[in-house]
Amino acid sequence: MHDFVQYVESYLGSDKTPGAAGNIFWATVYVLLVFVGLSIAVIAMNWLERKILAHMQVRLGPMRVGPHGLLQPIADALKLLLKEDIIPDGADKVVFWVAPFIVVLAAFTVFVVVPFGPTHAITDMNIGILFMLGVSSLSVLGIVTAGWASNSHYPLIGALRSSAQMVSYEVAMGLAVVSAILMTSLGSKDGTLSMIEIVQRQQEQGVWFLFKFFPLGIIAFAIFAVAMVAETNRAPFDLPEAESELTAGFHTEYSGFRWSLFFLAEYSAMIAVSSIAVTLWLGGWLRPFPNLLHGATWDLAFSFIPGLTFLFLGVICFYNTARMPKHPLFKIQTIGLAAFGAVLALIGVVMFIPVVRDRVGDIFWFSAKVAGFMYLYIWYRGTFPRYRFDQLMKVGWKVLLPTGLALLICTALWAMRSEVWAGVIVPVWLGFADLLRRIF
Amino acid sequence: MHAMLEISTLHYLVLGAALFLLGVIGVLTRRNVVIVLMSIELILNAVNLNLVAFSRYWQSIHGPSALHGQVFAIFVITDAAAEAAVGLGILIAFFRNKETVNVDEVNLLKW
Amino acid sequence: MNLPPVTGNPPVATPYFFYGLAAIMVIGGILVITRKNAVHSALALITTLLAQAALYLMLYAPFVAGVQIILYAGGIMVLFLFVIMLISIERAEKERQFNKQWLVGIAAAGALGGLFIAVYTTVTRTGSGQASTIFPSVGRDWYVEGQNTQGIASLLFDQHSGTYMFAFEIASLLLLVAIIGAVVMAKKRI
Repeated sequence: MHDFVQYVESYLGSDKTPGAAGNIFWATVYVLLVFVGLSIAVIAMNWLERKILAHMQVRLGPMRVGPHGLLQPIADALKLLLKEDIIPDGADKVVFWVAPFIVVLAAFTVFVVVPFGPTHAITDMNIGILFMLGVSSLSVLGIVTAGWASNSHYPLIGALRSSAQMVSYEVAMGLAVVSAILMTSLGSKDGTLSMIEIVQRQQEQGVWFLFKFFPLGIIAFAIFAVAMVAETNRAPFDLPEAESELTAGFHTEYSGFRWSLFFLAEYSAMIAVSSIAVTLWLGGWLRPFPNLLHGATWDLAFSFIPGLTFLFLGVICFYNTARMPKHPLFKIQTIGLAAFGAVLALIGVVMFIPVVRDRVGDIFWFSAKVAGFMYLYIWYRGTFPRYRFDQLMKVGWKVLLPTGLALLICTALWAMRSEVWAGVIVPVWLGFADLLRRIF
Repeated sequence: MHAMLEISTLHYLVLGAALFLLGVIGVLTRRNVVIVLMSIELILNAVNLNLVAFSRYWQSIHGPSALHGQVFAIFVITDAAAEAAVGLGILIAFFRNKETVNVDEVNLLKW
Repeated sequence: MNLPPVTGNPPVATPYFFYGLAAIMVIGGILVITRKNAVHSALALITTLLAQAALYLMLYAPFVAGVQIILYAGGIMVLFLFVIMLISIERAEKERQFNKQWLVGIAAAGALGGLFIAVYTTVTRTGSGQASTIFPSVGRDWYVEGQNTQGIASLLFDQHSGTYMFAFEIASLLLLVAIIGAVVMAKKRI
């Protein structure tokens, strides 16, 4: 037992990810942790989406199943598992069975390189960002085969539209990503595709890439933010899976467990592309203001924030417990909510212990930024009307692509310290692109 | 047995040869044009595997920056993409005319 | 010659991964050439390509692995799947799958296989020291993966030592020609 504790301690002090250190045991532990964390995140996203959408639409959302609907995702999961598994008559059984697994594979394998901290990634590949973009583009294969294998019109049209949309917006995503990678190559160092090194370059250069080369960082981030919403088939780009348009598109014929696989893959893909955005532009695991408010006291102050956040969540739970109706039927729910609040407060208190406080900061900041993106996703869904398909393709090819190209050229010129040329080419190129757009 | 356990270039070459043979069998024996094109992709992949395996061997002699085999493999992948696109374009054009996907029915010039 | 010291960490469980991935690739290849349904063949080919990307990672070629996943599995195979779906293949499944000269084809492939076997056994037999220097043993091997992309970039693009810049430009021209060719081929009216 003591040896095991020593082994844990010796590993936690290392400066390499488990993949780089060749450590299969820790790599497996990290894989399991990421898997569990992702499942919890997807469950939480399900609940959060329904509650936040409801509150945006001035209604309450699920309130019955647990206290304030907290057990609703579990009820949904049980329902999906117990549903009858229907396979359409003329469907190709092998392909019908394989398609959801391709999408889930593509969505989950991406998390191998996601950096939750300087050593808290499963592995640090030299081609981290390339791997993430490539593997997330494998989900197009799953969607196309799912639509085709259903042997029915709506899924096929939905699948073709969805794949056309994803492929178009991958181009814009790639251009935005390349312009961020260009920013890593400053300071007479080689550029890098490795996710951990990208964040470390942001730390060395003292500024998040969002604010670098103002306004190029922000434009790149904006292009990526729009493209990532289209890439994951979420509102306002969710025509291929909208219930009112295409009766749920490519996953129409999938029921029960298979549908839940698609659902799981969609939320995982959302978290994955948000992780890319957070790593490339928002400084990954770095705390806010790393250089403006630097020094040991500020570090200490910021390291209290994780614990304070969980304590705050616990306090909200207790407040809602006090506001629960004082009816005997609500007794179990009140106790449940109080218990949940107690768990959150306990986690908050644990995060104040110095041993935990130093280690949990990176993961907390990364998760907080990704959670911010999830909130943005839900906000978009509640706010924007849906794009029609031709408008969608027009935005992808005629607006995002020329802007991305101009951005790339300007970033390259500015990185070579030719701000003057950047200042000239931007308006010229954008004007030219606008002219083309008006003509065509 | 020890030779089987320590993976050397030869292992990769034999694997590449096996894939190449499978691709050649596919090209020579199948009637469906799409499957013939996919067998050609198998052949190109086998060649790529050879190139990258030899690049690793070259690295062990000439240092870690001797990546010529890998660059060659990237060019081969680019070529394969171009060839697949054009081949499938030709297939679509032919299918539009004759409604068949079998290679041995492409016999309009036969006398 | 003076070899620089070993950097990085030795790989783990290499034979298991190699034989597993090799088995996946060969089984995938056999499925590609024997399936009636073209979509099944395409899915088997995707499996083979992904296993090959993993083999590239084992060969310390992460950039080629990334390119393989993005271009081959994520681009070319999507193209294949679209074309298969455009062409109605239900009729093609019921026809004869192998052409009339299949015996000759297998004989030719067998001859080629014999040639491969002859070459490889000759290589490992003569030059008895030769085979052991192909992938020197663990103590002398190279585990450099951390600079792979930068190394490829310097070969392709560097001002002074980039030997493949011209090939790169020609490749981009080739892709342009291929795009125009594919569009012209597939149009209904030119």
